[in-house]
Amino acid sequence: MIAPKPDQAPRVDQVGVDERVARFRARSIKKASKVEALNLVLSQIDLTTLEGQDTPGKVRQLCQKAMRLHDSLPDIPHVAAVCVYPMMVAEAKKALGASGIKVASVATSFPSGMAPSDVKLEEIKLAVGLGADEIDMVISRGKFLEGKYQEVFDEIVACKEACGEAHLKVILETGELGALDRVRHASLLAMQAGADFIKTSTGKIQPAATMPVTLVMLQAIRDYYYDTGRMVGMKPAGGISKAKLAIHYLVMLRETLGEAWMSPEWFRFGASSLANDVLMQLQKQRTGIYQSEDYFSKD
Amino acid sequence: MDKTVKAEGRSIDSASPREAQSAAKSARLARAKPPAAIRLGIAKTYKLYINGKFPRTESGRYFTVADAKGNIAANMCRASRKDFREAVLAARAAFSGWAGASAYLRGQILYRVAEMLEARAEQFVAELKLMGVDKRAASREVTATIDCLVYYAGWTDKYQQVFSAVNPVASSHFNFSILEPVGVVSVLAGRENALLGFVEAIAPVIAGGNTAIALASEQNPLCAVSLAEVLHSSDVPAGVINILSGYRKELAEQFASHMDVNAIIANGDDASEIKMIQEQAANNIKRVIIRKKPVAPDPYQIIDVQETKTTWHPIGG
Amino acid sequence: MNKATAPHSLNFDTGWAYSPAPESIDHVEIKDQYKLFIGGKFVAPKSGKYFDTINPANEKVLARVAHAGVADVDRAVKSARDAYDTVWSKMKPAERGKYIYRIARIIQERAREFAVIESMDGGKPIREARDVDIPLAAAHFFYYAGWADKLDYAFPCRTPQSLGVAGQIIPWNFPLLMAAWKIAPALACGNTVVLKPAETTPLTALKLAEVMEAADLPPGVVNILTGDGSTGAAIVNHEDVNKIAFTGSTNVGRIIQRALAGTDKKYTLELGGKAANIVFADAAIDQAVEGIVNAIFFNQGHVCCAGSRLLVQESVADEVVAKLKERMQTLIVGDPLDKNTDIGAINSAAQLERINAYLDLGQEEGAEMFQCGGKNPDKGYWCQPTLFTNVAQSHRIVREEIFGPVLAIQTFRTLDEAVAKANNTQYGLSGGIWTDKGAKIFNVGAKMRAGVIWANTFNKFDPTSPFGGYKESGIGREGGMHGLSAYLDLH
Repeated sequence: MIAPKPDQAPRVDQVGVDERVARFRARSIKKASKVEALNLVLSQIDLTTLEGQDTPGKVRQLCQKAMRLHDSLPDIPHVAAVCVYPMMVAEAKKALGASGIKVASVATSFPSGMAPSDVKLEEIKLAVGLGADEIDMVISRGKFLEGKYQEVFDEIVACKEACGEAHLKVILETGELGALDRVRHASLLAMQAGADFIKTSTGKIQPAATMPVTLVMLQAIRDYYYDTGRMVGMKPAGGISKAKLAIHYLVMLRETLGEAWMSPEWFRFGASSLANDVLMQLQKQRTGIYQSEDYFSKD
Repeated sequence: MDKTVKAEGRSIDSASPREAQSAAKSARLARAKPPAAIRLGIAKTYKLYINGKFPRTESGRYFTVADAKGNIAANMCRASRKDFREAVLAARAAFSGWAGASAYLRGQILYRVAEMLEARAEQFVAELKLMGVDKRAASREVTATIDCLVYYAGWTDKYQQVFSAVNPVASSHFNFSILEPVGVVSVLAGRENALLGFVEAIAPVIAGGNTAIALASEQNPLCAVSLAEVLHSSDVPAGVINILSGYRKELAEQFASHMDVNAIIANGDDASEIKMIQEQAANNIKRVIIRKKPVAPDPYQIIDVQETKTTWHPIGG
Repeated sequence: MNKATAPHSLNFDTGWAYSPAPESIDHVEIKDQYKLFIGGKFVAPKSGKYFDTINPANEKVLARVAHAGVADVDRAVKSARDAYDTVWSKMKPAERGKYIYRIARIIQERAREFAVIESMDGGKPIREARDVDIPLAAAHFFYYAGWADKLDYAFPCRTPQSLGVAGQIIPWNFPLLMAAWKIAPALACGNTVVLKPAETTPLTALKLAEVMEAADLPPGVVNILTGDGSTGAAIVNHEDVNKIAFTGSTNVGRIIQRALAGTDKKYTLELGGKAANIVFADAAIDQAVEGIVNAIFFNQGHVCCAGSRLLVQESVADEVVAKLKERMQTLIVGDPLDKNTDIGAINSAAQLERINAYLDLGQEEGAEMFQCGGKNPDKGYWCQPTLFTNVAQSHRIVREEIFGPVLAIQTFRTLDEAVAKANNTQYGLSGGIWTDKGAKIFNVGAKMRAGVIWANTFNKFDPTSPFGGYKESGIGREGGMHGLSAYLDLH
């Protein structure tokens, strides 16, 4: 297969994108619609720990949180997945048991991707072998910026094959791509190469997820769907720590891709601290009283 | 089209020999009775100037213009509304080319007009004198006319710099306003200064990239109509300036009402005519510029027949 | 009412709907009755007549306002003349500027109140009133305030002089903003004002009168007369008015230009439009679609510079129209005071009737009509966003200004064809160009005969940016440095 060239992706005007995003942010989500949105956000979270200091103990705690977000709030969903390094997959798998929460593993020499392809593929196979349900790979940004699109493309194709049954999320690391036109091109390239999800960021580079970048990726998903009929998921990651912002993302999702994507199957938030803010907002909706972080577990 | 009009009452000019001699150097005006030894003078037929050609009026009508002594100086074409209509068509057709010409080129062409006028200065002095202007005043008027053309030639590539703007809008956009010619302009020349007044009326119009249909002063049309010969030899594209002679009362309403004319400049202070012009102009929201008295050249007269176009573009990545 | 026709279309009929998010109105004071603002005081009309102003979203009466007759106009002009002669023309320009700055500041302080009233009286979405109309109105006063003592720098080799009394007649589509466009430069240039707001949207102008009071503006410098067309005519025809500024339809503009014939009154006219919005195949299509929406559905299409004619290059026409139809499904039509409303109420019953007549006409002419099929509220005046395809240049829905949320879509093949169609109109107010190619923007932009060109954007306004039309779209410019000359004698 041949990788799409930059001129095969539509042009993007940044100011126009910013204006559209401003309209999403101007939506006022109140009352029942807010509660519904907050619950949906919780269910779409990939609860994440990707630190050099991660230990099995930390991962076990995170998994507990994933399963029991806040016991005093009944009827809230659990998160979609826990996202860890490959070395922690087995621990997470064990801790989550039959909860239905997926284990996502980063791979391919996350976050830089600076490793030979065979090493990256081995890492994917290892993580899948340990029980990972989802693989979050990074694209080779250096090669992409160098114009070696075919190499980037071929690597994604190989990674997808290495995943077997596991779902492949392709991280574009948009903060390193430099322009929305490139985000649009990279999105198209990743989808054509077989990505099940496209994801903005590793969380290790600033800026991480932004609404303009996410909108461009959603529009790429929509056009790819128009062309092929295949749905691809979207995962903004990094920098989304407030419930209000997460709701703006949902507004954007709703008005760009519509009903079919409004579920954890097709949309995820990669986040470590978002869940607690959502919980606080849910509690506020329930009680009418503004909340304190002291009343919510920090794991 | 080119029907010959037999004019009645052609009279013998009684200009002095010296004047006749001077006129003979240029286009021969005086219909002089030749002294026995001298050949018969060739009198010029004054015609219209439409689309770079010199047609007679389609109507076949004429009117006479008397010189300072009350003798008939010439039979002028009495242009009809159809002649005006033809002139508007020509001006409209010439507009995009002239408006799109570089400012530098427009300046060069206006300067060329000045050069050609300088070369024919004596002809115009003679015409002015024939109409009663004394010699020194006539010379002054011709040189002032040449200088006026040079003045506006110099403005063609400067008024944009002086009067355009970059506007600091608050949003992430680059925004600038430039001037563009309003389009086809009809001009009613004033009575004063047959040559200078006429050129002062049309030069800023043309300098700014408009095309024009100008009606020469009814009482004093000779110089304006002769100016067509200068324009014709000056690289002014056909249709950019069209010159009619005729009865102002008959044509002013057409000049003001025509739906494909974008602006009208009326020199004169006849209150009822001004009212009529403004009323008729409303048919197509025409821009109306009334000059009750002659105005010395300045760049604001270029701006009078310019539109401001403002363009926005995002500044982004 | 066909659905979007893409092979794989999206479903925006989501389970997750936005709950009502009404703007609170308890902080807003609307009196039962308003008199005329003349000589710095609210005075009863000599005409003795009042009329109702209603909320077009629910047809309820908001207030009764005075109807200014000829005698009231005369009183207001006298008061403006008196203020001009005795105070305003004698004041140091810098001091004049400071009054205008005050006005800007008070509008900013009371912005939300103005936004709510604008939305209630005119039907526009609160989001637009809040984010566009009111901030821009304040910005206009702030911008022109600074010009008051700098006029000599604007016109080389001229000594600008004020004109005297300016009579100003404004439309109902941007009531406060249009008042600001008119009053701010007039005052900065040293003139006094008699302003008439539109019959259906008088309230924010009357609120603005309160601002003038609060700013201690000398009595008579700004007079505000509510009324109808006859009030406007009395202002136009008053012999002691030196300048007329009008924004409204081309037909009324024509009447005014005629009425002013033979007088020495200066005038500026901001009239109708039928703007072409040209989308080339190499455009950023998603942003272009958004631009098309903004061009025609902003303020219910009650915008003289609305991009009411879409010209889309044939090779992308299907894609653009399909995306446009999907985008339209996410537009929320309804209560103007709901913060999520995208398209509010049509301004008046009469305007709705006019728009509906064009919808019928378009279909009679053989054009294909598309609406999303949303349900209109029971009360009030509503028009769903509408597209017409299969239209030709000869159709009246392509030639005439509809002034509603109605877009006529045509295709073109070449640049020259696009330009020819764009310019084939009696109007020349604005135009849009969408392309990723800079050279093409300059080429097409230069060829379009219109006063405002939006390239890769649309419906943007700023106090520093001159606005006004070519051809029958008007005479003169408002906004920016260029807007000053309309209120000055430069000879």
